[in-house]
Amino acid sequence: MCYFVSWCLCGEGKKCIMALLEVKKMSHEFGGLRAVNSYNLEIEAGQIRGLIGPNGAGKTTIFNLITGIYKPTEGDIILDGKEITGLQPHKIAAFGIGRTFQNLQLWRHMTVVEHVKLARYSRISYGLIGAFFGTPKRQKQEAEIEEMAHNLLKMIGIDHLSDQVVTNLPYGDQRRVEMARALSMEPKILLLDEPTAGMNPEELIQMMEIIRRIHKELGMAIFLIEHRLKVVMDLCHMIQTLNFGHVIAEGTPEEIQNNPKVIDAYLGRESVV
Amino acid sequence: MVFFFQNLINALQWGSFYALIALGYSMVYGILMLFNFAHGDIFMVGAYIGFGVATGVTALASLGAIVLPNWLILVLTIIISMFLTSFVGILVERLGYRPLREAPRASAAITGLMIGIILETGNLALLGARRVRFPSLIESTTYNIGGVYVTNKKIMIVGVSLMLMLALHQFVRRSKYGMAMRAMAFDHVVLPLMGVSINTIAAMTFAIGSALAAAAGILFGIAYPVLDPYMGIVFGWKAFVAAILGGRGSILGATLAGFLLGFIEIFVAMIFPSTLRDFIAYSIILLILTFRPHGFFGEPYSARLRL
Repeated sequence: MCYFVSWCLCGEGKKCIMALLEVKKMSHEFGGLRAVNSYNLEIEAGQIRGLIGPNGAGKTTIFNLITGIYKPTEGDIILDGKEITGLQPHKIAAFGIGRTFQNLQLWRHMTVVEHVKLARYSRISYGLIGAFFGTPKRQKQEAEIEEMAHNLLKMIGIDHLSDQVVTNLPYGDQRRVEMARALSMEPKILLLDEPTAGMNPEELIQMMEIIRRIHKELGMAIFLIEHRLKVVMDLCHMIQTLNFGHVIAEGTPEEIQNNPKVIDAYLGRESVV
Repeated sequence: MVFFFQNLINALQWGSFYALIALGYSMVYGILMLFNFAHGDIFMVGAYIGFGVATGVTALASLGAIVLPNWLILVLTIIISMFLTSFVGILVERLGYRPLREAPRASAAITGLMIGIILETGNLALLGARRVRFPSLIESTTYNIGGVYVTNKKIMIVGVSLMLMLALHQFVRRSKYGMAMRAMAFDHVVLPLMGVSINTIAAMTFAIGSALAAAAGILFGIAYPVLDPYMGIVFGWKAFVAAILGGRGSILGATLAGFLLGFIEIFVAMIFPSTLRDFIAYSIILLILTFRPHGFFGEPYSARLRL
């Protein structure tokens, strides 16, 4: 295992790219039910990876395991060469995993810019003295955060809403706030749980555009769960299909579309979107 | 008119105690959605710790080990006692509430009552069943302002209380911990994913609430210098009423309602016989709550969604 270079020798002396996020043989049980079974994943820097599967296949569980909300029964999770299995969620987050949620999880009575600021929590280093007396350190950091927040909100297209309380915003904008909050942590990888859930066609196209822009401008690795196949097929480089906690297929969008197992388990026999 | 202003001064002092204690109830409710029913007893513990610290510092000063003016002894007593009492709060959270964080709310409420009894009886066991006299740290001076009598103690008590409230306001508005506390009112699942440790924030909230209660205890000891182990019960309940009246989880609400409670009690006693004071005062508050069940600044919904 090498920590410092992305190109290194692995196994029998052949060259390979080290994965940014690597999950090895991860399993999780709820009571007696095996929700995730020996799950493997390797996401490289700058890759967009999709995870599809029917309802209850275990997709969100995998997100919850990676972000530390649940602790895996077995297996290892390695982020950028660091073992993060079983750590507390706030530590995993600080190591560089940002996430959005299937159902909106915003702090409803706080403003948009406060969401972005609070996600910088582990990077804010001025203490109580700074908070009380407005030391130069605080002013400097606050100015940096303001600027960062402004740029970020602009990229997501909600900079005009920065002082609005989120509960007053339309649904599509609230989804964008979640995205901005996750990005504000400057994660190494972004986990998106159904980013287009409940959106109308117009919002959907805008959201896809935002995801593309995040990928292009920040070069960020993205791992996304999606129900709408059009979205995954358009955005992702590689797709995994999950059914009853097992990965039944993995490959490029074309491979997935033509894989009989996927068609059988998930897409239905007749048509592929 | 003079009579009115005289009572206004008294009400401000009386309300300061309620407000400082109510803040602790409200802050804890704001982040954990439970009322820490041991909080009144933490006020008592704070007063006793203040008594210990004040006695200690005065003894040192009288031995000539250190030479300190009286006001400095007072300031030191308040700071050291707030610091020490905050650890009592952290301990209560760690041992009493954290293991029950996912338990039904009723269990946590009962835990609070039990911790309260433990603190009261623990104090009895430690110091015996006698009242203690809070050392008078500052000489009382009375000023006559246009017929209204104001003591320096009253000014100090109200002043220190307001200063602490202002400091709390700054803390919540301007520090990252304060921002995390406000977010914690909405969820406990997403916040850690943004790098915030829920346990740290919970411990910090208990520490701050307890420190404020300790300040209230010391100020109370200066105004009414007799302490007993059960002094926290009635005071705790009344401050709890203030927290509800202000609106659960609202810091501004708890402060204002604390003062309002002081005003109502003092002014009722001004008009009616003092034996009827609490009867009438709390009937008035019951009436207010009938029309405004979620308090002045509370949110009308009671159930908050969690992931």
